[in-house]
Amino acid sequence: MNLIPEPLVYELSSPGRVGVAMPDCDVPGTPIPAVFARPELKLPEIDELTAVRHFTRLSQKNFSIDTQFYPLGSCTMKYNPKVNEAAASFPGWLHTHPLVGDGYSQGALELMWKLQRVLAEIGGFQAVSLQPAAGAHGELSGVFMIRACQIARGQSGRTRILIPDSAHGTNPASCAMAGMEAVTIPSAPDGGVDLDALKAVLDDSVAGIMLTNPNTLGLFERNIEKIAAMVHEAGGLVYGDGANLNALAGILKPGSVGIDVMHYNLHKTFSTPHGGGGPGVGIVAAGSTLKDYLPGPIVAEKDGTYSFVRPSASIGRMKLFNGNFGVLVRAYTYIRMLGAEGLRRMAENAVLNANYLRVLVEKTWKLKYPRICMHEFVAMGDVAPGVRTLDVAKRLIDCGFHPPTIYFPLIVPEALMIEPTETESKETLDAFAATLATIAREAVEHPELLAQAPHVTPIGRLDEVAAARCPVLCYRG
Amino acid sequence: MPFIPNTEADRQAMLSEIGIGSVEALFDDIPAGKRFPKLDLPKGISEMEVLREIGAMAAKNATASNFAWFLGAGAYNHYIPALVPALASRGEFMTSYTPYQPEVSQGSLQAIFEYQSMAAELFGMDVVNASHYDGATALAEAVILAWRSAPGRKRVLVPEALHPEYKEVIRTYLKAFDLKVDEWTGSASRAASGVDARTCAFVVQWPDFRGELHDLAGVADTVHAAGALFLVHVDPILTGIWKSPGSYGADVVTAEGQSLGNAMNFGGPFLGMMGVTTKLVRKLPGRIAGEAKDHEGRRGFVLTLTAREQHIRREKAVSNICSNQGLVMLQTCIYLAAMGRNGMRKVAELCWHKAHYAASLIGRLPGFQVANGTFFKEFTVKTPVPAAGIVEKLERLGIVPGLALSRYEAKRDRELLVCVTEMNTREQIELLARSLQEAAK
Repeated sequence: MNLIPEPLVYELSSPGRVGVAMPDCDVPGTPIPAVFARPELKLPEIDELTAVRHFTRLSQKNFSIDTQFYPLGSCTMKYNPKVNEAAASFPGWLHTHPLVGDGYSQGALELMWKLQRVLAEIGGFQAVSLQPAAGAHGELSGVFMIRACQIARGQSGRTRILIPDSAHGTNPASCAMAGMEAVTIPSAPDGGVDLDALKAVLDDSVAGIMLTNPNTLGLFERNIEKIAAMVHEAGGLVYGDGANLNALAGILKPGSVGIDVMHYNLHKTFSTPHGGGGPGVGIVAAGSTLKDYLPGPIVAEKDGTYSFVRPSASIGRMKLFNGNFGVLVRAYTYIRMLGAEGLRRMAENAVLNANYLRVLVEKTWKLKYPRICMHEFVAMGDVAPGVRTLDVAKRLIDCGFHPPTIYFPLIVPEALMIEPTETESKETLDAFAATLATIAREAVEHPELLAQAPHVTPIGRLDEVAAARCPVLCYRG
Repeated sequence: MPFIPNTEADRQAMLSEIGIGSVEALFDDIPAGKRFPKLDLPKGISEMEVLREIGAMAAKNATASNFAWFLGAGAYNHYIPALVPALASRGEFMTSYTPYQPEVSQGSLQAIFEYQSMAAELFGMDVVNASHYDGATALAEAVILAWRSAPGRKRVLVPEALHPEYKEVIRTYLKAFDLKVDEWTGSASRAASGVDARTCAFVVQWPDFRGELHDLAGVADTVHAAGALFLVHVDPILTGIWKSPGSYGADVVTAEGQSLGNAMNFGGPFLGMMGVTTKLVRKLPGRIAGEAKDHEGRRGFVLTLTAREQHIRREKAVSNICSNQGLVMLQTCIYLAAMGRNGMRKVAELCWHKAHYAASLIGRLPGFQVANGTFFKEFTVKTPVPAAGIVEKLERLGIVPGLALSRYEAKRDRELLVCVTEMNTREQIELLARSLQEAAK
């Protein structure tokens, strides 16, 4: 990790320096009307090497999958194969235009069609739209679809969506963005949905339920079929949040247990890079009830020719052009390499790694649910009096590990949500568990080591309260 | 298996530590009859084979490198300096997560802050967020922002000449809230007087879908006097030479940032950009990086004002956005830094001069007419014969002359939207003009 302070790009600027030389103008000029001409453009002026060093040095201030174990729960930080990048870099993808016409983009349409098919097959659904750009975007699409279907059934009074209290914040936020009311339902002591609580709220105001399965506690919802049947019986529809599909691909088709519509995060399960925040893809897949409502257009095939078509009752377009196409190429590359057998091995090893690590961690740390988990599990950071999860997370940084997800799910106090993924070796898991054991000891013997961590980073803990009170969001010279 | 380090010996050791006999036993919670389904997928293949297969698919597409390229309409063929992908593809940037742990994410966070600063300068805005999915979803969320600032006002005025796919996305997003989307025509300054007490937002696309670059003088005053917000969706390359939307009094500025260092990529990933005035910052969706200090007073950067966001506020958040277009934003950050003051001016000037040269040649052709008053890099040509036919003929000659507007609107069958950027040489422009004349015969 690069510990040396790096100036802002503006602070490296010197008038007259040129980073990229552009060609001379080879046509007769046309004057730019003075009344509209921009008087000043305050951008930095740096040479190319300065730019290269600046951004290289910045990169060295990041933890990443390529450099560290990154067991961020619910984010599936698995290895992002380099072949994905090679496959996405063919000029035939990079420099083709979304409006060039189907006849000149058959290769791109073919890839999209094949990806739609394999994703539908993996989830046990009938059709797929590749448009949504992220998980939350897929959720929004799915809730729009549920709403449109309920209206078509003459059920416009169904405006409430049920969401377990263990769900990601995007679920209720997506409902609000779709003009629906999010209703929280509590979890039962075993971590699953409380069936009595569910029964109590299932009335004719309910449009559907959003379920993450496995849920954010890393537990498979054992009553999934019963829940889906109860919701369907009451006139509702079932949304599946596919954030945790890495535990299920090749193990269970969600479409076979009553899920009507589901998003998959291609940037989690299907190995495309997270890019420091994106781009992702949150494709939506649907069964017979909702497939006609998918966002469009989607790709169809006839006699070896591919074209865009719009599902008959489509909710409309969610995004410009063809979604995050470059990410689709990466995900397809990965699935094509793995095949059915590889996908099953992927999920099996993800769950095996999580359980192995769980058993090791359980020796020194409290777990919320000390039983067989799926791809992740939740420990609690209050390992000694006065020690908080945040301190544990920061101490892990000193030891060269990216911290797990912390303080989530909200229903577990001092949560440390750990997802190792299948691409980590037993040695890495052993080392991480040993470090956690050491930190548990330090928490008792040298709590100041935790309280003051991290010690070997470019900066210490930042005063986030002050930053939000008087925000500085721009360089102001 | 590719990408899985566990050997059979590892697996056995791990199973015995867990205390179970087989991997299958880990899945006992899953309904027995549905467990381990058969997946009908092609058998997995090696890296070498997959690249051959995918390379063959990619080769079937027409690309801007193999044609004289004059097609824009929302996705633009601009030059991407070599350092942009070289730096952005560094694993430390590409394989990191959203920077929720600032001490080990200063690289991403400082880059976001630098991007915000440079984009705010282009727009003439106080604050820019860390990205939306694309220009269309950014504009849709900007309209929602305007409505949430004045919830009683349920009408939005958008240009009739707004990009058709932007209109579609806005309609999809707004359906839920029962907002009325009306369209304005004519000049922006006259249309602004249509803003009434029911209207929350007046939207200008700048230049609009057909290339017209409206004069925004006075628009903000009219819109503000009626109590609405003024939203401008701008071509960010234009801001290299043109007065910024902020200087015309825009409250919210959105843009499609693909032009700034990102490939066309068959339409994505693109970059939704959004900037606002300080007054609106706590309503701005998406992530924002801010400056902060640690206990020793060292400068660092952190995601801030998070009380707007879904992971804190859940259903009360200003938006549901979580994953954004981080790596695309980084490409744009590197692009803006490397191009800098001089490069951004130069690119905009080249687009301006070349587009105007092309328009002057085409406008002189018999039967052809340039339909715009003021334009930047894209203009509409009225054609003597159906434009779709011209496009077809020219494509066979290795020229993609633009977008036949009949693609979106059947009645505009004799209109061709031509885009000229710094990538087009004088030879290509002259070839385009000659070939158009030939094709119309």
